Amino acid sequence: MTNLVLLPLLIPVIMGAVLIFFSKNEKAQKIISGITMIALLIGSITLFIAVAVNGTLVMELGDWQPPYGIPLVIDRLAAFMLLVSAIVATSTLFFAFKTISPIRSRYFFYPFFFFLLTGINGSFMTGDLFNLFVFFEVMLISSYILMAHGSTNFQLRETFKYFVINLFASMLFLAGVAYIYAATGTLNFAHLGVRVAELGQDNILNVIAVLFIVVFGIKGGLFPLYFWLPRAYTGPPTAIAALFGGLLTKVGLYAIIRMFTVVFNHDPDFTHTVLLVMAAFTMILGVLGAVASYNYKSILAYHCISQYGYIMMGFSIFSPIAIAGAIYFIAHHSIVKTALFQFAGVTEKITGTSDLKKMGGVISSHPWLAWLFFITAMSLAGIPPLAGFFAKYPLVLGGLEEGNYIVVAVALFVGLLTLYSMIKIMKFVYWGKAKHDEERQKISVRKLLYSVAPLVILTVVIGFGAEPVLQFTTEIADEILDPTIYITSVLGE
Amino acid sequence: MELLMSISIGVLFMVGTYLLLSKSIIRVVMGLLLLSHGAHLLLLTMAGLKQGMPALVDRYDQAFTDPLPQALILTAIVISFGMTSFSLAIAYRTYKFHKTDNLDELRGSNDD
Amino acid sequence: MSMKWKTNNLLFIHITRVTAFLILALSIYLFFAGHNNPGGGFIGGLMLATSILLLYLTFDRRKINKMLPMNYANWIGAGILISLLTGLIGTIVGKPYLTQFFDYFTLPFFGEFELTTAVLFDFGIYLGVGGSALIIILAIAEDT
Repeated sequence: MTNLVLLPLLIPVIMGAVLIFFSKNEKAQKIISGITMIALLIGSITLFIAVAVNGTLVMELGDWQPPYGIPLVIDRLAAFMLLVSAIVATSTLFFAFKTISPIRSRYFFYPFFFFLLTGINGSFMTGDLFNLFVFFEVMLISSYILMAHGSTNFQLRETFKYFVINLFASMLFLAGVAYIYAATGTLNFAHLGVRVAELGQDNILNVIAVLFIVVFGIKGGLFPLYFWLPRAYTGPPTAIAALFGGLLTKVGLYAIIRMFTVVFNHDPDFTHTVLLVMAAFTMILGVLGAVASYNYKSILAYHCISQYGYIMMGFSIFSPIAIAGAIYFIAHHSIVKTALFQFAGVTEKITGTSDLKKMGGVISSHPWLAWLFFITAMSLAGIPPLAGFFAKYPLVLGGLEEGNYIVVAVALFVGLLTLYSMIKIMKFVYWGKAKHDEERQKISVRKLLYSVAPLVILTVVIGFGAEPVLQFTTEIADEILDPTIYITSVLGE
Repeated sequence: MELLMSISIGVLFMVGTYLLLSKSIIRVVMGLLLLSHGAHLLLLTMAGLKQGMPALVDRYDQAFTDPLPQALILTAIVISFGMTSFSLAIAYRTYKFHKTDNLDELRGSNDD
Repeated sequence: MSMKWKTNNLLFIHITRVTAFLILALSIYLFFAGHNNPGGGFIGGLMLATSILLLYLTFDRRKINKMLPMNYANWIGAGILISLLTGLIGTIVGKPYLTQFFDYFTLPFFGEFELTTAVLFDFGIYLGVGGSALIIILAIAEDT
């Protein structure tokens, strides 16, 4: 029964390897990857239900007992993240079927898509710090390749930057692993939690904690370290950008959440204040970038940054309700941002550009596209019946309860600017007089919308059904705020 | 021994960072290489250095070196092997498409 | 340098004919030695790549492609598959994934012999590393 844990890890990696053999046959690749993706989605749902009912599932790889071996741990948070990742990836894959050209798919697009998913899912599941590093690298090397895929000049330049920055972060990660191993003598998360509690989180461990904030901050696009993100996410094809915006940086945030609940949870006055300040700056600088930009995709990329600020804000307020909001926010943001990036791709296909000033009047030729975009954009901005509102509400509530008034003020102000820049897109791209010619007006995008529509429906559903979802994320928050649950389920007794 | 290792790690990190800040693509790649060596040595040193003992839990000899860091370094080296080859490939590709080795002269298609 | 420039270095060719296979043999030896001694799939795979690369260096590419009509990308795929599926053996009998099994057998000629699933796992690595090292070098070398 515990082998159920393997599904989200083994399905993508095995099928990714199988897909290598079919690199010349596009149709076979599409069929196989479609089936794989649906299997992965079903597997993630099964796992989610199993964990929600029975609690944490643990598996010791190779039958090595903890703390010596590498455990795969799926608690409620990991199961939730796996489910979100499967949903987002399914939508993106079906979008990629229609937008990735055959030449690209011949150069191993689909295998690396699945290897990327392996890395992401593995990072969510692993219970060992060094293994987290390995899964990060699996994920990152796939992302480098997908980002450079097609190798236009712009992509090559941005990939090189992204690569250098992330490899530098990986080396810092290794240094952090070395320090923490020297300080505690273990790398298993649960055992680390025990050891750090024994030693007391003093100066040395706080320094190591800050090193990990830097590492995961680079990977997760937080304030002083997000500079690589906006351009890296505008370069690659839309399907890839959608996956990156929806999932990739979430892994860095997830790693912060995991490390700073299980391991470094004894000095929140210091660590979580650092995170809170970073979160506030991330929010405001990200959204300012979006306000200043006039490129469809780069507006979305800047919004990614400011939303990561929200997630970190919820986490670093460190009260149950705020963390519940942050986890709800992760799901909301993954869904909405993936959808928005796909809309950017569809619109680009119609107008042939991603410069806002050269677009206009898409609503007259493609009303469905415009209205679906409108719903999603309003959800991102946080208009009440949609998911975005219920994502921000607990954050604000938690912030007020804990007395972090400045951050709350920043969050509300940023919400306003988010609305402004979404309306900017609406105004420039969809309203007004059509700037694209007759021929382009007749391009049919109905098939492309099939993969986005479920995400739009989902954001409406989790908006109207916010009560049960928030209840579940509150359960998650209670679980991760009490690290003994995680520790006992891994180490036993 | 630890002191010597620490100094060499420091030098590796220093030189690596210096190269990373230069403008030539190939120097940046070399900088990354040196950084990764520094990180591997750091991993080895931080776990404690012992002389004259194998990393094997032997039945006859009580003393042994902690084998875990060595396994970690092996994994890290394999990963950095892959990363290095990828970095060389992308550096070569960038050079070929942009026809320059200077990072300042790389041009994208969007805004410049 | 002109591409028509063709080497006909007799000594090199003749030595390669011997050395390439010696390296290949050494790579197989290292692969099997890796279970209890220095060696293993990774090192063996690199040696395998070296021996084939030596052939590429000596003879021209067309000849080698005719001699070894293989897509090295498929080696990587096969290697990953072999390694991962070996890990699944454990799950059939209810043990966790990647559990290793081994036992001693007595064969008539060789005497006592150890068979283990770790060798299969290592064979996957051997193929994967060999294939990827070849691809890395050939991709850059062929691109002129």
